[in-house]
Amino acid sequence: MTLEAFLLLAAALFSVGLFGALSQQSVVMVMMGLELMINGVIVAAAALWYFVSPERPDGQVLVLVAITAMAVEMAAGFAVTTAIFRARDIDMVDAADDLGDRRQEQGQEHGQSREQDR
Amino acid sequence: MAETVVFAVCAVGAVASGAAVFVVDSMARATFALLASFLFAAVPLLLLELSYLGVLVILMMVMEMMVMVVFMIMYMMNPAGLMPMSMVHNKAGSLAVAAVTFAVLAAGVFLVPWPAREGSPPADPTRQLAEAIMGPHMLVMMLVGMVLFATMVASVVLSTPRGRYDRYGDDLKRTRPDDPIGGGLGR
Repeated sequence: MTLEAFLLLAAALFSVGLFGALSQQSVVMVMMGLELMINGVIVAAAALWYFVSPERPDGQVLVLVAITAMAVEMAAGFAVTTAIFRARDIDMVDAADDLGDRRQEQGQEHGQSREQDR
Repeated sequence: MAETVVFAVCAVGAVASGAAVFVVDSMARATFALLASFLFAAVPLLLLELSYLGVLVILMMVMEMMVMVVFMIMYMMNPAGLMPMSMVHNKAGSLAVAAVTFAVLAAGVFLVPWPAREGSPPADPTRQLAEAIMGPHMLVMMLVGMVLFATMVASVVLSTPRGRYDRYGDDLKRTRPDDPIGGGLGR
């Protein structure tokens, strides 16, 4: 076991999670991708603690913070999912792109789309 | 030697089941694939003598995925994978970004001159962590506690169907909130 092997595992977990977070349409599946990414951070922090500075507790504390971030992400993510589902019956990220430029095709009341029509 | 074999098996298992999350059709199956990935990834923590943090990850993930599977079934687009349907957008682009990210990170892993190890692991890493978060790193622990408390409040506020306008009227001028079940004493 070497530091490189652990960091490679962390990089693979992070990349798989990144793929999921970017490609999935369901809000819940996006959160699963984010969890995989944080899991990569946990593995990397633990390996750096063990192989670089095991005498100092900083690496372990970082793992603890990453675990907390994971729990908070899931709780807040599900609350947001529930809120947006209650308000607008949305469970897909594509339907919640209010700030994106795709809405130009739909509504004529949109300022930018009027400008484009001229 | 045995540790290397266990690490290799768990590393391959963690990445494979992590990838399976986004391959299987059913979202319930995806949740259990994610649980398998977390359990496989917790074993390397145990190999690094982090018994407390490893067990913490295992216990937390088992409970978290049990909660998650309920939400997955609630918001499931594709019940039990019976209806083959695409739940992805821009798959090729995402795959490319993920592959490039992995290539860059892997190159960094092997190119960066990592510092030499200073000292050796303590006899009891759990004691080291406990003394840190109850001593010099107590600020971290206090912040984590506050963040968790704020998350509890925020998640309840976000997920409740009734807002302040339901309780205090459209102009927020109602003196007593209109609740289905009143709170306080003497109700």
